[in-house]
Amino acid sequence: MIAGLVAMLSRTIAGANVRWVDVPRRDGPKVYFANHSSHLDTLVLWAALPRELRERTRPVAARDYWGATGARRWLAESVFRAVLIERKEIRRTSNPLGPMLAVLERGESLIVFPEGTRGDGERIGPFKGGLYHLARHRPEADLVPVHIDNLNRILPKGEFLPLPLLSCISFGPALHLGPDEPRENFLRRAEEAVRGLGAREGTERTGSLILEAPRGSARGAQA
Amino acid sequence: MSADPDVVALFAGVGGLLVAASIAGRVLSRRAQSDSARRTVANLNARTRAWWVMVAVFALSLWVGRIGSVVLFGLMSFLALREFVTLAPTRRGDHRALFWTFFAVTPAQYVLVAREWYGLYSIMIPVYAFLLLPTRSAIAGDTERFLERTAKIQWGLMLCVYCLSHVPALLSLRIPNYEGENAKLLFFLVTVVQMSDVLQYVFGKLFGRHKIAPNVSPNKTWEGFVGGIAAATALGAGLWWMTPFSPLEAAGLSLAITLAGFAGGLVMSAIKRDRGVKDFGTLIEGHGGILDRIDSLCFAAPVFFHLVRYAYT
Repeated sequence: MIAGLVAMLSRTIAGANVRWVDVPRRDGPKVYFANHSSHLDTLVLWAALPRELRERTRPVAARDYWGATGARRWLAESVFRAVLIERKEIRRTSNPLGPMLAVLERGESLIVFPEGTRGDGERIGPFKGGLYHLARHRPEADLVPVHIDNLNRILPKGEFLPLPLLSCISFGPALHLGPDEPRENFLRRAEEAVRGLGAREGTERTGSLILEAPRGSARGAQA
Repeated sequence: MSADPDVVALFAGVGGLLVAASIAGRVLSRRAQSDSARRTVANLNARTRAWWVMVAVFALSLWVGRIGSVVLFGLMSFLALREFVTLAPTRRGDHRALFWTFFAVTPAQYVLVAREWYGLYSIMIPVYAFLLLPTRSAIAGDTERFLERTAKIQWGLMLCVYCLSHVPALLSLRIPNYEGENAKLLFFLVTVVQMSDVLQYVFGKLFGRHKIAPNVSPNKTWEGFVGGIAAATALGAGLWWMTPFSPLEAAGLSLAITLAGFAGGLVMSAIKRDRGVKDFGTLIEGHGGILDRIDSLCFAAPVFFHLVRYAYT
């Protein structure tokens, strides 16, 4: 119940308008991957998912930020059950890929930001290899591109007070790693998928306080 | 709380109009044949439904009294500014200036209106916010597109907050022999301006041929403009009995505010065109965002306020 409340609150603050260019399958593990420019990204992407998907989705988050204060740790651990990873020192013993793959193996989904760090919101940085490794080890997982628009203006890097602007979260059709597809090829394709969703927004970007339900999510899941 | 019998009668009239529109919408939706006709009727019905809600909210705020209207228009300013700034790209250096705009300047303007401090609310934004906000952005140190970013913030603030705050400010005008009746003035302004929008739309759909500014708004035609403004002016003249104006004066003021309202719609269309969008948002079904609904009111309100203030107080 708390999770539902937090999700509603984050959508309201971020004025999130959710666009479903394609509706994700209801079952099976998924990796939602998105551009990253604000600390709110994790929260709002998670909140934009319909409840049935959200309850089975765990954001991957940096321990140095989300573990830093009591409130953040409570949010990360109890509300959106984040997979906290080390990004400062990656050793064989703390390879972040292990816990992520375990989540997918249980049939749950992940939220990742393949740029690795927050950008300035003006352009999308090059994707790091983690997404490729996830795709290689779990070829059955759907890789869902997500474009997050305007959150960088609501809460940019280095600010702590959010502006009450409207944002837009777009979900695109799932990708899969092709057989023998080289790493660079795949990562470029993934980057393009996110960028493409953003480009479409340029002409029809609107905002709303009301979250649209995924069209035909109940029917589409079986189809 | 107040329930002026005139105001009750007026809202009953508006309610009757909406009942008629709802019934007409039902009939039309049964008779629509082609896909495009069905779409037009569906949009028309969505607009009517939204009108019910907007009229109910407006009636409630007037019933609560002066504070109700101040709070309602304050919230509308906040939401309109949100839509405006969302579509007008600023940079990280503006973050703090925008924070002040939303959470200090906007509430302060409405507090001043509530306290009827005319001397300050009429200059706070055009003078003090005008000077202080760019200063805050300059301190942040980012000079890229500085003039353009500053202009956007100023414009949004003037339009969404300053101009709109003149609607509830009408309640503080002291008009001889009209004390305690100013709610009807507010009703007059909002009704004439909004009906002018509706009538321009209707006349445009029925007779529209010659476009006024095809690059800005393909829906605005000379036929819609002339028919809508004339009909709304006649409507305003017909409402003279609820105002401190004579019938002729009511017609003149109606003409002034419908022309200002038309200018508002045209200018806001140009901004939307510039930003490559059709609507400012999706808050009100069938209408778009809140700014799409109040663009004409933003232009008409200060004009009406000043004309009435200079001529009648």
